[in-house]
Amino acid sequence: MEAEGRLLGPPLPAGGEGPGIESHLSEGALGTARGPLLAAAEVLALDDEEDDLEVFSKDTSLAEVNSFSPSVPISPSSMINQYKFEDGPELRDLFITVDDPESHITAIETFITYRVVTKTTRGEFDSSEYEVRRRYQDFLWLKSRLEEAHPTLIIPPLPEKFIMKGMVERFSDEFIETRRKALHKFLNRIADHPTLTFNEDFKIFLTAQAWELSSHKKQGPGLLSRMGQTVRAVASSVRGAVKNRPEMFTEMHNYMETFSQKINLLDKIAHRIYKEERDYFNEMKEYGPIHTLWSASEEDIADSLKGIASCIDRCCRATEKRMAGLSEHLLPILHEYVLYSEILMGVLKRRDQIQGELDSKVDALANKKTEKDQFSEEIGRLEDKVEHANNALKADWDRWKQNMQWDMRSTFTNVAENNLRYYEESQTRLHFQILLQKMPS
Amino acid sequence: MEDCLAKKMEITVSEAEKRTGRNAMNIQETYTAYLIETRAVESQIEGQCAPVESLWRRYSEFELLRNYLSVTYPHIVVPPLPEKRADFVWHKLSADNMDPDFVERRRIGLENFLLRVASHPVLCQDKIFYAFLMKEGGWKEMVNETGFQLKADSRLKALNATFRVKNPDKRFTELKHYSDELQSVISHLLRVRARVADRLYGVYKVHGNYGRVFSEWSAIEKEMGDGLQSAGHHMDVYAASIDDILEEEEHYADQLKEYLFYAEALRAVCRKHELMQYDLEMAAQDLTSKKQQCEELATGTVRTFSLKGMTSKLFGQETPEQREAKIKVLEEQIREGEEQLKSKNLEGRDFVKSAWADIERFKEQKNHDLKEALISYAVMQISMCKKGIQVWTNAKECFSKM
Repeated sequence: MEAEGRLLGPPLPAGGEGPGIESHLSEGALGTARGPLLAAAEVLALDDEEDDLEVFSKDTSLAEVNSFSPSVPISPSSMINQYKFEDGPELRDLFITVDDPESHITAIETFITYRVVTKTTRGEFDSSEYEVRRRYQDFLWLKSRLEEAHPTLIIPPLPEKFIMKGMVERFSDEFIETRRKALHKFLNRIADHPTLTFNEDFKIFLTAQAWELSSHKKQGPGLLSRMGQTVRAVASSVRGAVKNRPEMFTEMHNYMETFSQKINLLDKIAHRIYKEERDYFNEMKEYGPIHTLWSASEEDIADSLKGIASCIDRCCRATEKRMAGLSEHLLPILHEYVLYSEILMGVLKRRDQIQGELDSKVDALANKKTEKDQFSEEIGRLEDKVEHANNALKADWDRWKQNMQWDMRSTFTNVAENNLRYYEESQTRLHFQILLQKMPS
Repeated sequence: MEDCLAKKMEITVSEAEKRTGRNAMNIQETYTAYLIETRAVESQIEGQCAPVESLWRRYSEFELLRNYLSVTYPHIVVPPLPEKRADFVWHKLSADNMDPDFVERRRIGLENFLLRVASHPVLCQDKIFYAFLMKEGGWKEMVNETGFQLKADSRLKALNATFRVKNPDKRFTELKHYSDELQSVISHLLRVRARVADRLYGVYKVHGNYGRVFSEWSAIEKEMGDGLQSAGHHMDVYAASIDDILEEEEHYADQLKEYLFYAEALRAVCRKHELMQYDLEMAAQDLTSKKQQCEELATGTVRTFSLKGMTSKLFGQETPEQREAKIKVLEEQIREGEEQLKSKNLEGRDFVKSAWADIERFKEQKNHDLKEALISYAVMQISMCKKGIQVWTNAKECFSKM
């Protein structure tokens, strides 16, 4: 059953509806019920998971409805704000929470670890519950592994290493809490992603003990080889990628340029509003008590003055709540999408690079007619790679756009609600005061 | 109150005009002139429209009028003029005296001043005031001819009295404290209000930026486009709404300012009392010392040290004739002194009585006016909330359709 709000993953082609499905089915051209999932599996050689993927996609309708709510101190409202599920059988079988930041002090450094709790019913997990501790570096590692494995998928944003503008202390409670929430979101977005959720590194991240993770990390492809790839890719992308780029991706590129600009502006505006509201609050704090002070030298109008003072105080508290609403919902979301816009530009670039590889090989071959046969296999492989990359990106793009729309709608609606609450609270108090004052003394 | 001029005559300050002219030092200057229009009320009852009389006055003439009234009626809490220079401004308002908004608010303040004077049972009967309203030419000369400037107490004298008076009326001392507190608290309130207004302006105006960015963003969105665009429009409405809100609040601030300046008028009455009391005390002291001198001369005993006494001891006694002459002079002075003291006492008592009557009148007026002002402030805030609710309800609807 397709959730109207948040897209969890490509719905079953059999009953499939929703944006992007028709297009990626026709483009995918694989025709089987397993479509893109299987393609992904082939390219990424998740051999041991294929069977499980099939089982998953066939038996979704029979899957147990698992309504776990993790028993950890995450506020229910923040959960609800992040994930809205339609009433119906839940497709989730993986629940992750990030909490309990702890400080670790060694001779060399001080760092924070977070507790990551995973509850799952998936077969490929040996246990149904895991609890591990991870530090920010580990998250960075996971992200880069996912980017490597899926160059044209949209990997969710990680909170930045250091936030300059807030002028928040690196280890202040506020900074840690903001980061914790962002890390929580990061892992859950991966879990929701139809492809990334089955990534092996992701599983290891969630389940391995500290020492296991360290040793696994060391096994990955070296930094040098990764760099080598990048240099080659950049070189090839400079040449052919833009001219052979399918129209659709040029559109995406243009869209992202404008979107990125606008979202950055909105981020600045929202911060500015927060600052102005805070300054307003600071002045109001002083404003109310003056009336109380004045009432001390008056008799007849003392009550009226005290009444106004209490109205102003009420307004003050309402302002505080309004500010809290901004910093809890609007500011983090806008920030995430600022990061997302960078991520998406990167994804588009990598797609161009993959195409660039193909194009440069084709160009090179055009000049050497004799070796055509030799390279036809390689060309074929590259062509498949490009096609797969394009399909993966297209599907993920549609998914991202839907989620973005949902996020923006719910966040800005929340902002409007906050403001309504603010005015309503201020107003009731004032009405009451006027009633009191108009009564004959 | 039936005799009040205000009941018999409609008074308005209906216009303000920029003028240029040469001042007393023959230097070209720009100033604002205000049109005072008056119309007798009685004829209107008969169904006839009385003719409107009008004349132009500038601020300095209002000042002259007020100075005259303050000196001539020291026992009255004389209504204050609106501020000479824009004070307690928040950033958007200009502190320029020529700024049209400032001129407009001053026009209203001047009208209010005239109405206050015209509704005062004592002040409304003053001939100079009436001439101010009706007689354009030669009014200044008329005021100066009253010689009121000579009656004005020097500031220094008044300050001296404040520190040296021994037995002021306790009520006046309390009133002085009250007026100090009132002045201090209202000016503090106005300062903070201006800062609050500034911040509120900022909050509203920054939301206007949403409008522009939403509009630009909507151009690249298909499904979200409409919702974004219309939400942006509401954000523009929201940002624009603060201008009217704060303009209304300025009128409230002006109402408070009037009483800030009234505090000064109250203090002036207290000062006058102190001065009179000090005068009285000095006169009584002087009389006592003269009586003593007289007694000493008559009996020949020196009870108190005096330079005259010492010199006469050193340089020889006076002749009985000389002493007699001195006693005679002193006796005359004592008689005069006693007369003066009697009349000063009477004056003082009259002053206290009439001043206190006006102060009671003022208190009632103040309580009534301030209560009304505070209620109107609350009403303004409610209206602001209502506007906010409307805008954000509309915006919410647009957002939910994105």
